[in-house]
Amino acid sequence: MTVISTTTDPVALNLTVVAEFAASPERVWAVWENPRQLERWWGPPTYPATFTRHDFEVGGESRYYMTGPEGDTPHGWWRMYMIDEPRHLEFANGLAGDDGEPVPGVEPMAAHVTFEPIDSGTRMTTESTFVDEAQMEKMLAMGMSEGMTQAVSQIEGLLTSEGA
Amino acid sequence: MDLVFRALADTTRRDIFQRVIGDGLSVSSLADDYEMSFAAVQKHVSVLERAALVTKERHGREQIVHGNLSTLRRAAALLDAFEEIWIGRATKIAEILGEKGSAT
Repeated sequence: MTVISTTTDPVALNLTVVAEFAASPERVWAVWENPRQLERWWGPPTYPATFTRHDFEVGGESRYYMTGPEGDTPHGWWRMYMIDEPRHLEFANGLAGDDGEPVPGVEPMAAHVTFEPIDSGTRMTTESTFVDEAQMEKMLAMGMSEGMTQAVSQIEGLLTSEGA
Repeated sequence: MDLVFRALADTTRRDIFQRVIGDGLSVSSLADDYEMSFAAVQKHVSVLERAALVTKERHGREQIVHGNLSTLRRAAALLDAFEEIWIGRATKIAEILGEKGSAT
């Protein structure tokens, strides 16, 4: 199994996913650095991503959009805060408007990624930290089909009524 | 959600939150259990209330505090959705790495 553990902390709004790959850290690093490889896995299956810019250096920014099943194209951006090849990556990931530029006033989420050599290849740990629920909902709405958004809100509805 | 985090960063407030889940407790009975003034306990309850972690309900002269688990559950449900996204991403990365000629 690729993903070996996941941890969610609803108080800190933090998610950690640990995955292991049968490839060297340098090779796993390349799927982040190379925009043509990155766009093959960043978007959800129904929303493939296209990176129009990927300045993979500290302070560098990326711009991307995803193409949905109904032709909708939500845009997003990254800003790189730390690049320590092939060990550690830190960046912000936020929502962009139709012009592809960051939406003012909408905080980005923070991502920390580490790549650790292990006997079988690489252990990659991704840690995502969110600001608030509204931000999470906006980011989820991007890259989700109508049906999936409905499914999530239905689940939330159930949870809310259960907790009331 | 920052409010939730700050509200639960305090030991007394975490304790209050845990105790009012279920039947709820009045502010005065909560105050009896802590070595602090009624006003101090009331202040802690207000912080929890602002973070939507508790609700207050008036019962005659008493104010009953109820824990609101849905606030935390909602955050948990949203995190679960992102968890799914990352599991999908990791699975796809494994596929890309497994392709012939993918070695660099």
